[in-house]
Amino acid sequence: MDLQTMTYLVVGASFALYIGIAIWARAGSTSEFYAAGGSVHPVTNGMATAADWMSAASFISMAGLISNMGYGGGLFLMGWTGGYVLLACLLAPYLRKFGKFTVPQFIGDRFYSKTASTVAVVCLLTASITYIIGQMTGVGVAFSRFLGVSNEMGIYIGMGIVFAYAVFGGMKGITYTQVAQYVVLILAYTVPAIFISLQLTGNPIPQLGLGSNMVGTDVTLLQKLDQVVVDLGFGKYTTTTAGSTLNMFVYTLSLMIGTAGLPHVIMRFFTVPKVEDARYSAGWALVFIAILYTTAPAVAAMAKMNLIRTVTPGVVMQGVDPYTAESQIKFDERPDWMKRWEKTGLLKFEDKNGDGRIQYYNDKTKNEAAKAKMDEAGWKGNELTVNADIIVLANPEIALLPNWVIALVAAGGLAAALSTAAGLLMAISAAVSHDLVKGIFKPDISESGELMAGKISMAIAIVIAGYLGLNPPGFAAGTVALAFGIAASSLFPAIMMGIFSKKMNKEGAVAGMLAGLFITLFYVFAHKGIFFIKGTDFLPMIGGANSFFGITPEAFGAVGALVNFIVAFVVDKMTKEPPEHIQALVESVRIPRGAKAVDGAH
Amino acid sequence: MEDTGKAYWSAVLGLLTKVLAIWFVVSFGAGILFAEALNNIKLGGYPLGFWFAHQGSIYIFIGLIFYYAKAMNKLDRKFDVHE
Repeated sequence: MDLQTMTYLVVGASFALYIGIAIWARAGSTSEFYAAGGSVHPVTNGMATAADWMSAASFISMAGLISNMGYGGGLFLMGWTGGYVLLACLLAPYLRKFGKFTVPQFIGDRFYSKTASTVAVVCLLTASITYIIGQMTGVGVAFSRFLGVSNEMGIYIGMGIVFAYAVFGGMKGITYTQVAQYVVLILAYTVPAIFISLQLTGNPIPQLGLGSNMVGTDVTLLQKLDQVVVDLGFGKYTTTTAGSTLNMFVYTLSLMIGTAGLPHVIMRFFTVPKVEDARYSAGWALVFIAILYTTAPAVAAMAKMNLIRTVTPGVVMQGVDPYTAESQIKFDERPDWMKRWEKTGLLKFEDKNGDGRIQYYNDKTKNEAAKAKMDEAGWKGNELTVNADIIVLANPEIALLPNWVIALVAAGGLAAALSTAAGLLMAISAAVSHDLVKGIFKPDISESGELMAGKISMAIAIVIAGYLGLNPPGFAAGTVALAFGIAASSLFPAIMMGIFSKKMNKEGAVAGMLAGLFITLFYVFAHKGIFFIKGTDFLPMIGGANSFFGITPEAFGAVGALVNFIVAFVVDKMTKEPPEHIQALVESVRIPRGAKAVDGAH
Repeated sequence: MEDTGKAYWSAVLGLLTKVLAIWFVVSFGAGILFAEALNNIKLGGYPLGFWFAHQGSIYIFIGLIFYYAKAMNKLDRKFDVHE
């Protein structure tokens, strides 16, 4: 069977499965719509959380980023998993005990203030909407690459599928489709990795393969990779950090607290029956996430090795001198997968020195010895540009795996993007129908009225997300950083202080959230332009790029969170204590006894 | 009840401090600050600091959450505040 037919078959089957689940799991009450009736098993919830969490970026882009960054890429691995420790210990069980549907509702009730919940809604909507743009473009990319339909068509199909199970099924439909999507995406990720690990190291477990010797030699894969990339002028794979050590430290911390503060992830913990389940469920979520996250660094290193092996075959396996002309393949003799990916523009070759061979190396290297040899060999600059996304998407082709594996990767990429999009849509619609419509504009709305409002706001959110996916604003690339920055600097500290500081009052919390949000946006906008509009950046005003101790804007969320905490405590000390009943509320949130099923009562 | 509540909460904070200390040491400590020094030690084919950043800290995070969940259950029962 040819690749195209196979891909249609596999993707079609996965979509049929999602729609089948949607028909089975329709939501009949607000409790089912917002929290799946509060009856999801902790392991099931863990799996759904994993799918919810692992987005198109985790599935498609992360291994590629690590592949380029080497050791420094570990900040994504530690940052996006370490957040679950914070979530399990500091937030999830207490929010579950509180027993309400949404994050802004907790902030509003705990800080006895509509202003506080409104600020939280604004933060939530900005973080979730910016995040969803990336998912929608991911759906479009996966469709156009693998199914040969246009980007637009892909987004329309994706919107239709999400609509089917999210609008009718609410959290219940989303939860059970996410479980199915997890299975699809994890198979799609691990199967090619197992094949590749076997080919390179003879060990079928990628996590062990990465620490093994290359097949038929007594040199470890990482040693070999270090040596090969250094010869080609790149930084040493196992030690190159992301910027300074301080930047890597702060970046990792920002991703951790951003992860813990993302509302669509927190919301998932309202679906389990008990406080105890919320704790275990975070552990299960991390188990399911770790299967992908510990495979990713193996994929990253092995794909890099395979790529170099493709363009300079003898260098990796026989230790041939990479500077001799014979070691590089001729462009005319390149493998078919390179030709296929050239069409997408993600892979480009330009014969700068006109010798008909491909020279793939770092032409901006600071390694003088390597540079001298490169000049001597007559290299005129790097000739092969490889987009980071190829590392996962073309991985099975680079390793010459069968067609069904390639088809599976297509279905996996779509599952990753769709499951995250659905979780975000749930957070958005709950914030609109529950926190804005019921909480602020129309408190006396009936349950069926609220359910309808939830479904309508979900439908509108899908249309907006689709529109933004079709017409991505110029800032699409910076959006994920922004979402994490907002979650880290505004929501995480507010929730944490709400639980761990009995005396924190509304003035402190609101001032803290606004200060954290403001300073983070200020720093990000200084680098990327106000609301990411080109030409409105104001770097000179803050003293140049990364002027705050060399910290990049993506890494700034942790600093924003620190500002949030400091401002909140200072303002708190200057204003009066929260009322007695709020302090009693905090006491009751801290102990598990008396937890009831989540409901929406205000 | 008031006193039990206080004792329970301080036991919880004690557990949290322990868990978060390990969380910090494996990721920020072994994975970032001391990674270079640890790279001189090998774990199979892995330099140890690199292993902590790309593999080890994730495994330890999982262990930590399950340990925490179990220890919290014990505390809940000891202070009679369980569901």
